[in-house]
Amino acid sequence: MTPIHEPLSEEAAARLVMIAGLSATPFSISGGGTRNLLPAADGAEQLSTRGLNGIVAYNPAEMTMTVRAGTPLEKVEAALAENRQMLAFEPVDLRGVLGSSGIPTIGGVFATNASGPRRFVAGAARDSLLGVRFVNGKGEIVKAGGRVMKNVTGLDLAKLLAGSHGSLALLTEVTFRVLPMPETAVTIVVSNLNDAEATAAMATAMALPVEVSGAAHLPESVRGRFVSGALPDGAATVLRLEGLAASVSVRAQKLADAMAGFGAVSQCDAGLTQRLWREIRDATPYADGTSRPLWRVSVAPTAGQQLVAALRLEAGVDAFYDWQGGLVWLRMESDPEAALLRRYIKAVGGGHATLLRARPDVLAATEIFQPQTDAVTAIQTAVKASFDPAGLFRSRMTG
Amino acid sequence: MDQIAFLEPRPAVLSRRREIVADLLDLLPEGCLVHEPRELVPFETDAFVSYRRLPLAVALPETTQQVAAVLKYCHRYGVPVVPRGAGTSLAGGAIPQEDAVVIGLSKMSRILEVDFANRTATVQAGVTNLAISDAVSADGYFYAPDPSSQLACTIGGNIGMNSGGAHCLKYGVTTNNLLGVKLVLIDGTIVDLGGKALDAGGLDLLAVVCGSEGQLGIVTEATVRLIARPEGARPVLFGFDTSEEAGACVADVIGAGIIPVAIEFMDKPAIEICEAFAQAGYPMDVEALLIVEVEGSEAEMDAMLASIIEIAGRHGVKVVKECQSATEAALIWKGRKSAFGATGRIADYICMDGTVPLGQLPHVLRGTAEIVAKYGLRVANVFHAGDGNMHPLILFNANDPEDAARAEAAGNEILKLCVDAGGCLTGEHGVGIEKRDLMRHQYSEVDLVQQMAVRAAFDPQWLLNPSKVFPLEGRPAA
Repeated sequence: MTPIHEPLSEEAAARLVMIAGLSATPFSISGGGTRNLLPAADGAEQLSTRGLNGIVAYNPAEMTMTVRAGTPLEKVEAALAENRQMLAFEPVDLRGVLGSSGIPTIGGVFATNASGPRRFVAGAARDSLLGVRFVNGKGEIVKAGGRVMKNVTGLDLAKLLAGSHGSLALLTEVTFRVLPMPETAVTIVVSNLNDAEATAAMATAMALPVEVSGAAHLPESVRGRFVSGALPDGAATVLRLEGLAASVSVRAQKLADAMAGFGAVSQCDAGLTQRLWREIRDATPYADGTSRPLWRVSVAPTAGQQLVAALRLEAGVDAFYDWQGGLVWLRMESDPEAALLRRYIKAVGGGHATLLRARPDVLAATEIFQPQTDAVTAIQTAVKASFDPAGLFRSRMTG
Repeated sequence: MDQIAFLEPRPAVLSRRREIVADLLDLLPEGCLVHEPRELVPFETDAFVSYRRLPLAVALPETTQQVAAVLKYCHRYGVPVVPRGAGTSLAGGAIPQEDAVVIGLSKMSRILEVDFANRTATVQAGVTNLAISDAVSADGYFYAPDPSSQLACTIGGNIGMNSGGAHCLKYGVTTNNLLGVKLVLIDGTIVDLGGKALDAGGLDLLAVVCGSEGQLGIVTEATVRLIARPEGARPVLFGFDTSEEAGACVADVIGAGIIPVAIEFMDKPAIEICEAFAQAGYPMDVEALLIVEVEGSEAEMDAMLASIIEIAGRHGVKVVKECQSATEAALIWKGRKSAFGATGRIADYICMDGTVPLGQLPHVLRGTAEIVAKYGLRVANVFHAGDGNMHPLILFNANDPEDAARAEAAGNEILKLCVDAGGCLTGEHGVGIEKRDLMRHQYSEVDLVQQMAVRAAFDPQWLLNPSKVFPLEGRPAA
């Protein structure tokens, strides 16, 4: 059993890291333990943020919140909901697909840059992040950014730490921007389009001045596994509109008219819309209790379906698309096919793939994060050393 | 007056000046190197005109490979490099130094690709901000960040400073609209960060390059997001008897969950200056003016405006003026966007750029007035109120050194007030040299050392724009 450290304060965390540095004891950083990407490296001890819990400041009128990193996401979202506010980027909950328990933490959300369907219009987790406090590999307590919307004072270390998967520092506190919840939401469904047609339809929808806030394509193979099969038969291309009720109904009509040329159009009400987009966010059809390899792939929106079409010729794949086609959830039949997948990603113009799930031995043997070019790897290594010169924080992102 | 210091020029570089010029002439095509002293004068400063230094030479490369060749050369011989876009920095970000080669991107001004299906534009770094929107406007798209200098400033400069603008309240600043860059590192290595995908693998190096003020590398190409233009947009003027009422109204609008595209604030001196310049139709009998822009369909704009008007009513709004035509709307924005230029016609000024939490706006406005009065100066306030990004313009007479020193001292006090109110030194203009020596007011030594370590990871010898952002004393030995 690897020792688990749960410091109860930022100072205690800093002391722990400083002392660990003396004996060169490596750590692997975790939040609520909902991801199991990291089989602990040789002798690495677990350093959890769970003891750093609580909302430090919340000012609804300023649309900002400051929270300790180990605070459960649920607690943050509940406090926001009381004021009809939300995290704009719709953080993903991977417990279903990973078959993990644990409680997602706000620090984990930012450390993994876990962004959902609204990402392609409202930005990723990193775009909402205004400031951080963290403990670097030298055991120093550092702050970066602040609590105002616009801030270009010095280097933007907060955004660099977002998505760094615990490779640079231990986040102890995050300050982020929040947004008002939309008054209502509807989904326009276009039925029976193939992947290529759906990609064209989504691009057309995004060119209209109707502010689509979610654009996903659910091929026939997965459609029935969303919202208990409540969507019309055949593949479903789904487009979400949010905002004031009066405006949403006008925009929905406009969007439905524009989509009629692509296929049969129907509409989901607010309740079904909420459920549907939560399930798209969390890739619910792949919460199948298996450990079949699951990839999260990010490419240019028009390239998603090209990638899947190419892969289908060589491997057993099942897929659906979010972010106008640019986010591909890809479940492989047996082998993760990492080399093949990454070769095709390059061929369709570049992007990246992260392996979220597989058998433990496969996870351990596969490069789960996208390999970078030598030149970029060299910068990453130097940046890692600037935070953590002794390499105490082990993460599969930087080795 | 305490002049802002630059690094001492490296004697080893100055003494090799003739050789360096000769070598650079060999590396670059004809007409791409400026080295005659009188021809260097246009490059000696930027929009922060109180400081100027003549550079050693100015390279104006035409390709990424030429940028790489110059950087590789400068790296090998330890020659400092100062990147330059259009030279519109208000913080002195593009001011050179005597031992530096300026790399100007003005010849790299082509739009390389517009991809409507993926809603991206890939452009060379010397393309102006407005040129991107102009190129895609006929197809119903625009590029969102819109600094007031957008006619002149380049996308490369925008990335360097993470520029904002009036419409950032809804659409975000440069970093939120940037998908990828081609970056040349100090040793001449060319790397691609990001691309057309919404996020890239590995560490988010793009995020730290954006806003790094040319200290991590030189961006030669950028891929930016395009946004479908809304059906309609309508600026509305709200006049108040006091700045405090206007400030409180802004906080309440945002607090009520309403996010217009822009909320701009002008106080009486700013209204007078801009109205005299642009005849924008601003009400003249009010002490403070808000320009609130809403967008969307007619129904949506009506609904949002009704809520805003109701809130403004609770704060004693005196005048509400909706514009009746596209021409009127354009005039309203012309007045606002020419605020700096129009102010320049009546006096010299320095422009501050601190950002404060919205609830602190009234407090900081009052404090600003007190500080300026204490120094016997005048101030005009015109700024992005929706996100708390303040721009007090401190008016002074540049021909009077004492007056100039007072203005600089007042500016520093105002910025400290912003930081103490929970804000920051600069919201969108950057640190440059202007705010460099105030960095310790916002950051602790440990915070700064961490930032400098990241900087050194890209440029261990501190050759790129070395006199900027970080206080000169207390730097790690290169």
